[in-house]
Amino acid sequence: MRDRIAAFLVLLPSLVAVGIFVYGFIGQNLYVSLSDWGKNPAQALAEEPTLHFVGLANYQELFTGFVDVRFRQSVVNLIFFTLFFMAGSLGLGLLLAVALDQSPKGEGFFRTVFLFPMALSFVVTGTIWRWLLQPQGGVNVLPTLLGLPPLSFPWLTTREQVLVFDWNQLPFYTALVVGLVLLYVAYRAHREGERKRRFFALLSGGALLLWALTLGRGVHLLPYPEPHGFSLALVGVILAAMWQMSGYTMALYLAGLRGIPVEVLEAAKVDGANPWQTYRYVILPLLAPITLSAMIVLGHIALKIFDLIFAMAGLDYAPTDVPAIYMYLLAFRGNQFAKGATIGILLLLLVAVVVIPYLASQLRKEVRR
Amino acid sequence: MRKWLLVLGVALGLSALAQTGKLEIFSWWAGDEGPALEALIRLYKQKYPGVEVINATVTGGAGVNAKAVLKTRMLGGDPPDTFQVHAGMELIGTWVVANRMEDLTPLFRQEGWLQAFPKGLIDLISHKGGIWSVPVNIHRSNVMWYIPAKLREWGVNPPKTWAEFLATCETLKRKGLQAPLALGENWTQQHLWESVALAMLGADGWNNLWNGKLKFTDPKAVAVWETFGKVLDCANKDAAGLSWQQAVDRVVQGQAAFNIMGDWAAGYMTTTLKLKPGTDFAWAPSPGTQGVFMMLSDSFGLPKGAKNRQNALNWLRLVGSKEGQDTFNPLKGSIAARLDSDPAKYNAYGQAAMRDWKSNRIVGSLVHGAVAPESFMSQFGTVMEIFLQTKSPKAAANAAQAIADQVGLGR
Repeated sequence: MRDRIAAFLVLLPSLVAVGIFVYGFIGQNLYVSLSDWGKNPAQALAEEPTLHFVGLANYQELFTGFVDVRFRQSVVNLIFFTLFFMAGSLGLGLLLAVALDQSPKGEGFFRTVFLFPMALSFVVTGTIWRWLLQPQGGVNVLPTLLGLPPLSFPWLTTREQVLVFDWNQLPFYTALVVGLVLLYVAYRAHREGERKRRFFALLSGGALLLWALTLGRGVHLLPYPEPHGFSLALVGVILAAMWQMSGYTMALYLAGLRGIPVEVLEAAKVDGANPWQTYRYVILPLLAPITLSAMIVLGHIALKIFDLIFAMAGLDYAPTDVPAIYMYLLAFRGNQFAKGATIGILLLLLVAVVVIPYLASQLRKEVRR
Repeated sequence: MRKWLLVLGVALGLSALAQTGKLEIFSWWAGDEGPALEALIRLYKQKYPGVEVINATVTGGAGVNAKAVLKTRMLGGDPPDTFQVHAGMELIGTWVVANRMEDLTPLFRQEGWLQAFPKGLIDLISHKGGIWSVPVNIHRSNVMWYIPAKLREWGVNPPKTWAEFLATCETLKRKGLQAPLALGENWTQQHLWESVALAMLGADGWNNLWNGKLKFTDPKAVAVWETFGKVLDCANKDAAGLSWQQAVDRVVQGQAAFNIMGDWAAGYMTTTLKLKPGTDFAWAPSPGTQGVFMMLSDSFGLPKGAKNRQNALNWLRLVGSKEGQDTFNPLKGSIAARLDSDPAKYNAYGQAAMRDWKSNRIVGSLVHGAVAPESFMSQFGTVMEIFLQTKSPKAAANAAQAIADQVGLGR
């Protein structure tokens, strides 16, 4: 008992600090996001601003308001950025790790070289890559070294978009994706023989898909079509981010590869597995937990990205906009504090979607042990 | 008698010694613009040697970072003694309406500044019966820059209207000049827009846009976007990646014929590129805006709760004086806001600008904070992005009006 009291007393200061400075401020931010702070310029920066409760009006405005088309594009940008950045870093990191795992000559040297970009800050990376991606320099003149004509792709200044869709289709696509994920969960449950989970996943997934294919098509967020898509200007940003973070995933994978017991690999060899089969059925499954951790780390970096884009394209260039940048613009340039807080809450929710299932599964594992 | 003298002596001594303590000046003047501020601070120290001056600068173009820092300081109850701010609505719409500034009308009366500054300028810095900041310099927004030798080579004249400009642009394109107009990142595009808008709407129409009498959705205002779209067709396609200096470089190197930029471009070309104003490079009011001076001005204000109020007032006195302005502006590359400054201290461009400043109709700039509050200005960048993405004048006009309604423009 005395032990418990001592432990509690030791923990108390940090509990209080975290309670105030993390959860207290999250709470305050939530409150601000439900208010009208900034709507009236006389109140925006007043000494004692009076705030009025407006419910979810700010959220509604961001997703359906006429002026906030830029927010919607920034969300689309963020999703594409996160997907491609994660896929690219994981793929490239795995390739590098597999290559280094063959113990080539100068392995230590290359390992350092690949890992080095991670030591830089995103601002430095962004500045270097902005120079490299200038229309008449860097990457575009690379082919001339091989005697080929230079590229003319205007990396960071293009306004082209691909995979364009209408914002009004958003509920449809969301329901479709979530429905398919749930069906996959049901399939996994079926394989593992968990009947209860299979039933619920099947039911909710099926219902969502049914809604998406019937009523979902009729839902319109806006009274007019509004195209959004993957802006190609993001390709350069993704390249830079991959350059920075793939060394990190390489290090993780390399540790994982080195950690695979030799017996397992030898057993596979005895069973007559060729190298491809060894990778596909033995090594990759053993690396799955590493992939998951790397995805969590990369995912939350991607969702919070701000400095890289700040340094590469500036704040005012909508094709590379992400919600964090739009939040800064609204709150600190436009004095729209409530709307800024709203974006902050939305970002928090997004990161939570990535991190909480991971934390929960980790916690469950620990309890099982 | 002796006692009386002693009292007098002590009083005199006290008043000379009175100016001690500190003065914190908050600005974004560093780098190229640093020397001008330092010269002004030196002058202040000569006059008030007892005061310790803290030069708090936060770097970043046009004060984007400084303004964010200032907001956190003001909200945190730690205002600097005086801070740099664009004269006009940028100050009024953010700080004056929030009741954070002191009215400087008594200072203006005391120093006779109501006559020293032009009326158009006083109108821009006044709000609800008060005058809220002391302008230290004047820059002009609506200027078109070119290289006379190059224009002769191409056989064209600087255009006087936007219609002429578009015709000249076609001529130049036929002669193989891909992008006759050099343009840079988002804010320089907005800068170009305000020149186009001023030409299309006229000075009265421009002012009506900001007091709410003319709606952005009015056909006249929509027509601005149409012309603006045509003008953009004359400009380089990689604009988003260029700073304003790089855009000026294109003109100097002959890759473009014209650039619309504020007259800090003159400072850049004379000081950094070592070109001679009037011969190596030349200027004209941007097409269709002859006789109108679209101004922007840096100014200093007095926040409520300044810790060293008297020192700050002395600073403002110096900033508004003839001596202060003629010390600061030749180094900064701007002209004095006062009408009585000494032309001999300025270069050829400065002298020309001073003549226009005295004779032209004065209107305020949008991009540089004179006519619209920050809440509008910062979101105007989004309007510009909407236009560049959709190329639709109607969509841009609707968005601009939606923001104007939202922030209560002109109220």
